[in-house]
Amino acid sequence: MQIYLPIAEISLDVFVLLGIGGLIGFLSGMFGVGGGFLMTPLLLFIGVPPAVAVATQANSIIATSVSGVLAHWARGNVDFKMGFVLLAGGFAGSTVGVALFSLLRGLGQIELVISLTYVATLGTVGGLMLLESSRTLLRRRRKVPSRKKLHQHHWVHGLPLKMRFRRSRLYISALLPIAIGFAVGVLSAIMGVGGGFVLVPAMIYLLGMPTAVVVGTSLFQIIFVAANVTFLQAAQNQTVDVVLAMTLLLGSVVGAQFGTRVGARLQGDSLRLLLALLVLGVGIKLLFDLFATPASIYVIGISG
Amino acid sequence: MSPARPAPGLLLALLLLAAGLPGGARAQGLVADVSDHLIAITTGFAGTDILVFGALEEPGDVVVVVRGPTRPVKVYRKSPVLGVWLNSAALTFPQAPSFYAVVASAPLEEIADVAERRRLQLGLSQLDLRAQSPVSANLLAEWSGALVRARAANGLYKDTGGRVILLGDRLFRASITLPTNVPVGTYLVEAYVFEKGIAVAAQTIPLVVSKVGFEADIFNFAQRQGALYGIVAIVIALVAGWVAHLLFRRH
Repeated sequence: MQIYLPIAEISLDVFVLLGIGGLIGFLSGMFGVGGGFLMTPLLLFIGVPPAVAVATQANSIIATSVSGVLAHWARGNVDFKMGFVLLAGGFAGSTVGVALFSLLRGLGQIELVISLTYVATLGTVGGLMLLESSRTLLRRRRKVPSRKKLHQHHWVHGLPLKMRFRRSRLYISALLPIAIGFAVGVLSAIMGVGGGFVLVPAMIYLLGMPTAVVVGTSLFQIIFVAANVTFLQAAQNQTVDVVLAMTLLLGSVVGAQFGTRVGARLQGDSLRLLLALLVLGVGIKLLFDLFATPASIYVIGISG
Repeated sequence: MSPARPAPGLLLALLLLAAGLPGGARAQGLVADVSDHLIAITTGFAGTDILVFGALEEPGDVVVVVRGPTRPVKVYRKSPVLGVWLNSAALTFPQAPSFYAVVASAPLEEIADVAERRRLQLGLSQLDLRAQSPVSANLLAEWSGALVRARAANGLYKDTGGRVILLGDRLFRASITLPTNVPVGTYLVEAYVFEKGIAVAAQTIPLVVSKVGFEADIFNFAQRQGALYGIVAIVIALVAGWVAHLLFRRH
């Protein structure tokens, strides 16, 4: 069954769109990532114009994240205090990121910068997570007792502005989550994604938050980032297709509910290993695309 | 359209329109019309066929062309820089048709010679695609060929999509498929009659492809009140997420 998308200006199969939405929603509920880094390439693949794909996925991800946050909240797994602190850094970071984006576009080759940022971020994050989680899994299988302390103390614990985050069972400087939020904000402005796949590992490894709380808290801040992107894209570029977004989110809100249930049953290590493989897989695909000989060396752009 | 190259079909249509005659009016030697003068794009739009039909005064070969509104198109060429494929060069075609389909009662090469086909732009190889910046003929052929191939791959340019069926020498009909990604705007349907390789009669009928109803409302809302549209889109998404949560909590 075909549905015409008024902003994308093409007709697509409703069930294909529902399927893509469902898949992204499932991953989103399971891992706490928005799924933008997966949804944008999938939408491009089925023929949605790039500008519309980037703007519209943000709109549908709002719904997925809300549905996911509520499901996690019901289990007491959202640290709202941490979420707001991350957001404060995130908004500052995305403002700087948007300015940086304009500067890079002025210099030309913004597409290359975006691709390279994707490959570098996905590769680093995915690689580090894969290393860490597989090491943990192997260690558990060999039944070697972990020598890891409950809390590791680094120089970061000497920073001022200490705050207590009860849900995360942390007493750390607020500067740390603000800095992480800022960095993720810059990246997500350049890459056009919510930044969940960067934020989730950063919260686990840099902040030391429990994996269970990380997912809900990450989704919580993605709501705001995605809403900001949706608003800016709609107001400046008129590229948000609500018909496409609604069809995708019908699939994704359902998928998110199942994802949350499956995620709750998996162990933190296995969850991180799976996310690592997913992130690394997308990174390798993008790296391959950069170097692979294109099917046609000519491409059609928008009116000059 | 440069004044040095009059397109007979278009001029005829303008004359007919100026005389206050509807699209299906009689031209010398040929009467033609299309089944629909308005292609309405609605939520369920999945492409459509338009039927072009008519009658000839004298027997001959018939060619039917459907042209979409012309729009500027930028074509990029990729080349490897340190192994990475980049858009390294670009050429703009300011007046490329956004849609082009041609059908005929016989192979075009048998109906008219190259000069005549070139004059009337019949066939993908005969489209008059001019670049914005001056380039050599060789380069232009390469770039315009790339544009035609890309558009053909998208189903927007075609010269192999069926044929004109002649009924008893004097009646003809042809069916042309407009794909789902058909651009909106005012189209021109051109019908030509050829005798001994020369176009002896032509008629042009305007055809409007337009979004209507819900689809048009959304598009206009997004274009005219972008900020408000964005807020509405956000609110819908928030509510949808909340409703989904409520539904699933019950089970």
